[in-house]
Amino acid sequence: MHGFGLLSVLIWLPILAGVVVLGLGERSIALGRWLALLAALATFVISIFAYTGFDTHTASLQFVEKLSWIPSMNAYYGIGLDGISLPLVLLTTFMTIPVIIAGWTVIEQRPAQYYAAFLIMEGLMVGVFSATDALLFYFFWEAMLIPMFLIIGIWGGPRRVYATIKFFLYTFLGSVLMLAALIYMYVKGHDYAIAALQALPLTLNEQRWIFLAFLLAFAVKVPMWPVHTWLPDAHVEAPTGGSVILAAIMLKMGGYGFLRFSLPVTPDASRELVMLIVAMSLIAVVYIGFVALVQQDMKKLIAYSSIAHMGFVTLGTFGIYAVLASTGSLGGAVLGVDGAIVQMVSHGLVSGALFLCVGVLYDRMHSREIASYGGVVNVMPYFAALMVFFGMANSGLPGTSGFVGEFMVIIASFKASFWYAFLAATTLVLGAAYTLWMIKRVIYGPVTNTHVAQLTDLNGRESLVLGVLAVAVLLLGVYPAPLLNIMEVSVQHLVQQAVHSKLPL
Amino acid sequence: MSDTTMTWASVAPAIGEIFLCFAICAVLMIDVFAGEKRRGLTPTLTLVALAITAGLLVGVGQVTGRLVLFNGLYVADPVGFVLKLAALLFVAIALMYSRSYMSQRGTARGEYYVLALTALLGIFVLASANSLLTVYIGVELLALSVYAMVAFDRDNGVAAEAAMKYFVLGAIASGMLLYGMSILYGITGTLGLDQLAVRLGTTHGAGAILGLTFVVVAVAFKLGAVPFHMWIPDVYEGAPTNVTLFIATAPKIAYFALALRLLTHGLIGTEHEWSQMLAALAILTVILGNCVAIAQSNLKRMLAYSAISNVGFILLGFVTGTQAGYGAALFYTLAYVLATLGTFGVMLLLTQKGFEADRLDDYKGLYSRDPLLALVMMALMFSTAGVPPFLGFWAKLSIFQQLWVTGHMWLVIIAAVVSVIGAFYYLRIVRLMYMDEPGAGRPLPEWQPGVRLAVAVNGVAALVLGVMPGPLLSLCSRLLN
Repeated sequence: MHGFGLLSVLIWLPILAGVVVLGLGERSIALGRWLALLAALATFVISIFAYTGFDTHTASLQFVEKLSWIPSMNAYYGIGLDGISLPLVLLTTFMTIPVIIAGWTVIEQRPAQYYAAFLIMEGLMVGVFSATDALLFYFFWEAMLIPMFLIIGIWGGPRRVYATIKFFLYTFLGSVLMLAALIYMYVKGHDYAIAALQALPLTLNEQRWIFLAFLLAFAVKVPMWPVHTWLPDAHVEAPTGGSVILAAIMLKMGGYGFLRFSLPVTPDASRELVMLIVAMSLIAVVYIGFVALVQQDMKKLIAYSSIAHMGFVTLGTFGIYAVLASTGSLGGAVLGVDGAIVQMVSHGLVSGALFLCVGVLYDRMHSREIASYGGVVNVMPYFAALMVFFGMANSGLPGTSGFVGEFMVIIASFKASFWYAFLAATTLVLGAAYTLWMIKRVIYGPVTNTHVAQLTDLNGRESLVLGVLAVAVLLLGVYPAPLLNIMEVSVQHLVQQAVHSKLPL
Repeated sequence: MSDTTMTWASVAPAIGEIFLCFAICAVLMIDVFAGEKRRGLTPTLTLVALAITAGLLVGVGQVTGRLVLFNGLYVADPVGFVLKLAALLFVAIALMYSRSYMSQRGTARGEYYVLALTALLGIFVLASANSLLTVYIGVELLALSVYAMVAFDRDNGVAAEAAMKYFVLGAIASGMLLYGMSILYGITGTLGLDQLAVRLGTTHGAGAILGLTFVVVAVAFKLGAVPFHMWIPDVYEGAPTNVTLFIATAPKIAYFALALRLLTHGLIGTEHEWSQMLAALAILTVILGNCVAIAQSNLKRMLAYSAISNVGFILLGFVTGTQAGYGAALFYTLAYVLATLGTFGVMLLLTQKGFEADRLDDYKGLYSRDPLLALVMMALMFSTAGVPPFLGFWAKLSIFQQLWVTGHMWLVIIAAVVSVIGAFYYLRIVRLMYMDEPGAGRPLPEWQPGVRLAVAVNGVAALVLGVMPGPLLSLCSRLLN
């Protein structure tokens, strides 16, 4: 299919709605708010059609659209979905809804801009996941920084300006070098199509440099240790909605980049430098896990936990080379990548939900300090139940989505080396420790102060948001098969690409 | 070489210049006789003159190929045509943006418009120059008009100082240019750029390099490349804002043409040498411009350093030494000038008599005072920083791409990293406008619906051209092929 289709609607409907909400202005905010919700819901419903219409038996791109965009650069407006991007697109369209609902009455300052920023960002993020042309990918990838910059900077906490500028410059620096690498490959192959880049023959030395340029861009986004320092700042200062989108979706773009670019475009460099990534991932899992343990601020704790969890994504992704080296079979490698993607989706839901929980508390108490709380269960029993549930999911309790991805990655890394699996599995202890300890201090115990005593339980809006997320986390944990089905063929194809050397024999 | 008899066909492509000459005289005379009461007549008349010039250019002066006229002094080609149209548009917008600024301050005298038109004539002459002599006439016509414009508010001491600096340094640059030209003339015995290119050939002695060096220095001076940039911040800051707007926009087109005509045509034989000289200048320029801009607290001064760094990028396009590279430089110039016009347009809209809106602090909380202007300014800042979806991104991308093609890997990497540093000070403006509380005592901007609309269109143009850069990119690469 060539032309304007379903996927374009998923990109441009929210952007257009965002512009309309912005144009309506702050005065007609009641209308703008409903319009924003309607647009988010409509986008989600349309993305369901993409899910139902998706053919799981093929690894080739579906819902493809290709229009001439910049003839002089041979760049196309090319979009399409495969089994790797579809789950992330669904996650994006799904998570935007709770974000809009969560801001319903809470955002009092410039609400129209708030909704507009999130809607525009939704469209841009879907664009990132569905672009089949590297220039278009980069276009969306960078454009998305602008709304996020504003979201953190306008609606954030006291140190928001510092946090947002740090966020912007960190990610900007990472991506310009990726751009340089993309241009290099374009100059070589005269094509920006991602498929063409994947097929482009490159020497090992070229691959190394391109791999490192990509690594910088994606590692900052994921974020991997040691370029993770922007994340805790950004998360702490961002408004609840911003944190949710940041954790649930933006971090996934880094993981997606590794899958879409690093593995297939530079397979030999990936194989060669795999130890670097595995080491960085394991440091993220273990060291950042310990860092999370000592945090005083709930959002910071969840932010560090995100870094540790994303360590699993990179471990599963690059573990394929280690698995292959030690077992020689592709099965374990596929399992690792599957686990990485499940982990991304699950972490999107769970961390998003946890940030929403913190948001619920923050809206009432205006404090994120763990020490300000204690005994919340006595006054907010429903909330406590949900937060404990999400906390369990975050520590990887079987039956929740958090378990599935981590378990798959650990199994896969067992096939690579006992020690990888051993170190990765420490997260089961550490993750449980930092999450449950936070839960214990915030939720349980006696009511510590009068502010806590005056807390009111969830209202209908908050219950709806958290309830739906809880159902999603549970469903994915008990029955992940639909998700695995979507990915299966595409992941197998990806692993084939990733192990197929580009070097002449 | 063309024949000596003058026919309509041999004059028609120069219709723009010819009409502008008449228009200048007419506007000057009408302004003198119109008197104090009809002050509004001159600006309107000037805009009408610009519109007619544009109409004549498109209707009569359009050429499809390269046409050499007036005994080889003048060349009419599609690049020159587009440069002239762009200059016309930019001058017209600049005059429109600055109208109320000048009437508020009582500097809206007819001579200003006449000077703007003579400057435009200088740009036209440069855009079509095909001889060292024509180049020099164009340079001087433009420069002398602009010196006078800077000093236009004669009671303003700072502006007078800026004009003096500009004049002295500009005169030195002109001297350099003339000296370089005289050496080249001495070696080749010709002033014509076509002949110069032929006679210099690819083998040349130290004399030609000496002449070339002076020419490159003059070009760098005019564009404001490091280390010949010292006049830019002082002049930008000292000149009245409407004049800064003028200096920052249309003349960039002219100096692009200067580099294009002199270096890539007349001195093409020494491409290897000037490309190395420009590479050193350009990289110093992008680094210094971006780093020093961070330390500024005055918006005009910050924009001056931003101009310096952007000039560095334009020069990087020339460093490639390929037609595609010059095309990228042209695209960059147009994208940069478009964004700069809008930036100064917002600034002029915010000023009041006694309030220049030129300190960064004046932009604190602009959003809550004037959401539209803040939005436009934000779009233009992101565009200049080179962030998609705005036009400025494609400008940087095409320069990087051409540098990669010609194997200048280190220039790409340095320029890319420096543009991240540069992003910081553009972000700071956005941050001031959107994230800081408005300070007290800043007057609300005057409501000028026409100019506001124009500024909004300017911002939308940066976005729309950024989302669909195809046509403009194709145009620029086609023009120089």
